[in-house]
Amino acid sequence: MSPNVTRRVVLAATAGGLVLHERIGRADDTTPAPPSALPQKAIDVELRVNGSRFPLNIDPRTSLLDALREQAGLTGTKKGCDRGACGACTVHIDGRRVLSCLTLAARCQGKAITTIEGLNAGEDLHPVQTAFLHHDGFQCGYCTPGQIMSGAALIKEGHDGSDAEIREWMSGNICRCGAYPNIVAAIRDASREG
Amino acid sequence: MQAFHLAQPTMLLDALAIGNAADTKFIAGGTDLMQLLKDNVETPAQLVDLEGVGLSQIRADASGLRLEAMARMSDVAAHLDVRAQWPVIAQALEASASPQVRNMGTIGGNLLQRTRCGYFRDTGFNCNKREPGSGCPAIAGENRMLAILGGSDHCIATHASDLAVALTALDAVLELRRAGDAPRQVPITEFYRLPGTTPQIETVLRPGEMITAVIVPPSAAARNSHYLKLRDRASFEFALVSAAVALDVRDGTGRDIRVAAGGVGTRPWRLPEVEAALRGKKLNDDALREASSRAGEGARPAGQNAFKQILLRRAVLRTLQTASA
Amino acid sequence: MASIGQGVDRVDGRLKVTGRARYAAEFPISDLVHAVLVQSTIGAGTIAAVDMGAAQAMPGVLAIITPDNAPKLAMKGGAQQAVRAPLLQDNAVHFNGQHVAVVVAQTLVQANAAASQVRIRYRRDEPVTSMDAALAQAYPPKNFRNGERPPDSRRGDPDTAFDGAAAKVDVTYITPIEHHNPMEPHATIARWDGDRLTVWTATQGISGAQQSLAGLFGIAPQDVHIVCPFVGGGFGCKGNTWPPATLAAMAAKVVGRPVKLAVTRAQMFTSNGYRPRTVQKLRFAADDQGRLVSMRHDGFSQMSQPVLGEFSEPVGLATEMLYACPNVAVSHRLVATNASLPTYMRAPGLASGNFALESAIDELAVALKMDPLEFRLRNYAEQEPHQNKPFASKALRACYQQGAEAFGWSRRSAEPRSMRDGSVLIGWGMATSTYPTHRMPASAYVRLGADNSALVRVGTQDLGTGTYTVMSQIAANTLGVPVERIRFELGDSAFPHAPVSGGSMTVASVGPAVKAACEAARAKLQRDGGEVAEASVDVKPGEEEHRYAMHAFGAQFVEVRVDAELGEIRVSRFVGAFDAGRVMNAKTARSQLIGGIVYGLGMALLEETHVDGETGRIVNANIAEYLVPVNADVPDIQTIIVPNDELVSNPLGAKGIGELPMVGVAAAVANAVYNATGVRVRKVPIRIEDVLV
Repeated sequence: MSPNVTRRVVLAATAGGLVLHERIGRADDTTPAPPSALPQKAIDVELRVNGSRFPLNIDPRTSLLDALREQAGLTGTKKGCDRGACGACTVHIDGRRVLSCLTLAARCQGKAITTIEGLNAGEDLHPVQTAFLHHDGFQCGYCTPGQIMSGAALIKEGHDGSDAEIREWMSGNICRCGAYPNIVAAIRDASREG
Repeated sequence: MQAFHLAQPTMLLDALAIGNAADTKFIAGGTDLMQLLKDNVETPAQLVDLEGVGLSQIRADASGLRLEAMARMSDVAAHLDVRAQWPVIAQALEASASPQVRNMGTIGGNLLQRTRCGYFRDTGFNCNKREPGSGCPAIAGENRMLAILGGSDHCIATHASDLAVALTALDAVLELRRAGDAPRQVPITEFYRLPGTTPQIETVLRPGEMITAVIVPPSAAARNSHYLKLRDRASFEFALVSAAVALDVRDGTGRDIRVAAGGVGTRPWRLPEVEAALRGKKLNDDALREASSRAGEGARPAGQNAFKQILLRRAVLRTLQTASA
Repeated sequence: MASIGQGVDRVDGRLKVTGRARYAAEFPISDLVHAVLVQSTIGAGTIAAVDMGAAQAMPGVLAIITPDNAPKLAMKGGAQQAVRAPLLQDNAVHFNGQHVAVVVAQTLVQANAAASQVRIRYRRDEPVTSMDAALAQAYPPKNFRNGERPPDSRRGDPDTAFDGAAAKVDVTYITPIEHHNPMEPHATIARWDGDRLTVWTATQGISGAQQSLAGLFGIAPQDVHIVCPFVGGGFGCKGNTWPPATLAAMAAKVVGRPVKLAVTRAQMFTSNGYRPRTVQKLRFAADDQGRLVSMRHDGFSQMSQPVLGEFSEPVGLATEMLYACPNVAVSHRLVATNASLPTYMRAPGLASGNFALESAIDELAVALKMDPLEFRLRNYAEQEPHQNKPFASKALRACYQQGAEAFGWSRRSAEPRSMRDGSVLIGWGMATSTYPTHRMPASAYVRLGADNSALVRVGTQDLGTGTYTVMSQIAANTLGVPVERIRFELGDSAFPHAPVSGGSMTVASVGPAVKAACEAARAKLQRDGGEVAEASVDVKPGEEEHRYAMHAFGAQFVEVRVDAELGEIRVSRFVGAFDAGRVMNAKTARSQLIGGIVYGLGMALLEETHVDGETGRIVNANIAEYLVPVNADVPDIQTIIVPNDELVSNPLGAKGIGELPMVGVAAAVANAVYNATGVRVRKVPIRIEDVLV
């Protein structure tokens, strides 16, 4: 955690501590004022994405998805529903597949974020990308980065034991074009290669 | 989303202290709270990020299971002791949401997720839970997914957690903490409140109080437990009806019997009427059918959700059959 | 070199799997600011006052555009795709979720926050929220099928024939409001350079968008530049130029900076159309030999307020032409409600209409105690019975035979509840699919090099349908060069004109233009020599559509598993056999067929938009509670393409493949559910509670 963030925590915690003293002896229904009357201004966060550092000045409300798309210029991660219901925004944080739309960017300081732009090394495609291409595991392509990030994680998790298992563990990624059978075939193939 | 101050403490005591301020909410995995913030259903002045405070241990031993509040759903579901000793917990978790959500969502956050009632989640509707006194259009409205048990004239919103149903069957205890107070323990069966005339108050949590751990006692019944979730979609959907059953059967006789249901109640719903009908009885198919026919006594359907009465009984029966097989 | 038909990988696939394909909201435009829509929370009435005070004072807010201060639009021209309301031109509220203001701010976070603080006071009227309660006020459409034909048709005397028939069904089928929900929500970036407008937008029709925006803003079409290289799915909802695109351009004008307006998933439910609810009354009858003697199909579809436009769901089209029945009557009526404007959704008319038609045919087969496939074969139309024209081609019999063979249909037990696997009931069902083959004029530009490389440009779109790939194949095939030598560009209004990507007509329309332009360029190069030759060619359909009836066909076979006690319905096996004419790319074609079937499975078992009866507000305006199929819902799907080399329909022999596979899926599932459970469900989606017996 950067010195910046630590200082903010200490300030907040101190304010909270004062509040705590005030609380003692009070009835439960009276609660003290929040520590900051004014909402927080923009804060500095350094995102570590695909091995590169992105120092960003962000509103604390910003989701990781919006920080990637609107500020870091990484538009490969898609916004499908912005409410955690479609999986198009799937990225890896510290190696686990998660939803960037439900993640505050400000909570990502110090974490290793991988997006579709960083899944493959250089010009070589990741085996899951290659398999999606050959099995036509997509049509419009909009859910595809999320599907591929999810599929790559699924293989690492070991949830590739059968087609039925792949289907269940890919059910957090909606494909409205209906490429599911091809997606399953692609992941099955990539898992055999890996 | 309205502006808020984000506090990121690294110690639990700091988090509790900050969390005691007015208009402040804890954020754990964020999978539900972020939705509510984006939809302006929640508009706190401050968020306390619990990520830095640890609280993510999973401990299983002879004394039972202790899940700290920040333990991730996926980690708990994958835990070998959980799968062996409390399978209903692992099954309920793996039937929840999606793999990505389970990688983010925490045990504490899961138990505190808000209802999926569409009227609650859209500020374009009136809702007594969101704006007390504004009315409940769901009761006469689109209520297929809503509760048939525990509702009032003010609210029939379904409790959405699968995990809470499993924990209700297992008589789990929640450990709660608040700055300045000694930690306290509350059985999960006493944790959730019925909506009554105050549907905005959903639990016995006091202002500034948080769940720090879930404690599940060991039992023979827990080792033989099972979760069944019925839904329209094969995956990634909240329950229409779910059932959690834990059975200790010896010589064909039911010794310890716990049955709870989800998707039907305004809180996770324990079914003592079913348990009583089976305790000390031979668990043959007739007994299971007779007992499950009692499930959901006192149900008050609102219209579109009337089928849940029948479905509840059949879900309970099937789960009893599975667990006693 | 012949590559047509081969299953080559998508030429744009690498961009898509690496996240480098750029969709509308993703263009890096400097000085960009963000717009967010504010939508009404009442179902009918007028805006009394807008309190912008709190919102205006919020950080970063640049403008709040309301009916009080919105620039007046020119509203010129008559582009068919232009949706002319609601565009903040008056204070009327016609439906819940109508756009009533646009907030522009420096950042998306700021615009979102301010949008939620715009306070609007309304004068409320009572909204009409239920079409079913207003059926008595139904009215005939004024502009059915864009005025190409009347809404009603009749041949013979169906009522008299019905009265004397041996077997009859007289039933009502209902389909709900369904939403397209492409994964990419609508998004537009608009930038004005003086009086010239550039728009990066998600559209199925860049020509229509250009014409529409030019007309609405009163500028010349050549001063509107549309850019859309990738579309994240459309399914019909990106066919028209809907208000958000127009409002983005309006906002950019107001603030004098480029504006991005991305519609939220929730707002999508009232921003860009939907498949309207239908109530369909069918009276079918057959003689004791199993010959259809009477078919009457009266369709009612939900409409918005007529002031917003008109869309009629043409549910009876297949009823007119699918079977050799001498007495047929079809009618279409509209029911006005306070809902937003409905529109085309994948297989408009046919998806809804064939659910009713092919379910009722199954019911009649049951009444006759006849195998439903045999019943269909007995009424096979050798020529188009409504217009009395020959089909350009019809390989439906082969579809039935090959589909049935692959599925094992002959082993079906007709008795409901007779096939079981433990506690699970198994049901088999089938239905017919059909979709008309359309073609419209299109143009193409080719620059062919002496080194056999070619640049091909058409102002068409690729919705995921494979246009980039298939057109590259057509060009390569025509020029006799490898596909890698072709660079095909689309999605720019500066390129030669092409029709909207709808009605499954892109290959049939654009393909011949590409082919002809390649031929012209090659001839020029051979004639004149030199390093490069350019050719621009316009092509249009000939007389064939007047001489022939042109349709694609298919046969859908499905197995469902229904838990006898719990009622959970799961699809376990699917076989679809299709006569789609010539297939350009076996791989992308199969993907389209599978995708259409999956879309149909959603219609059959999951999809329904719930509208609150009191307020007319949609209760499940999200993709968690508006259920679409997930991976675990979809079994192995076998697709069969029945060979058909007919070249009458168009020079490439492509009959269209985007919508065909969706048609009949819902009926096949409903028929299978009947076979499994004995319950005839006359509405979709078919749910647990419908089969709990």
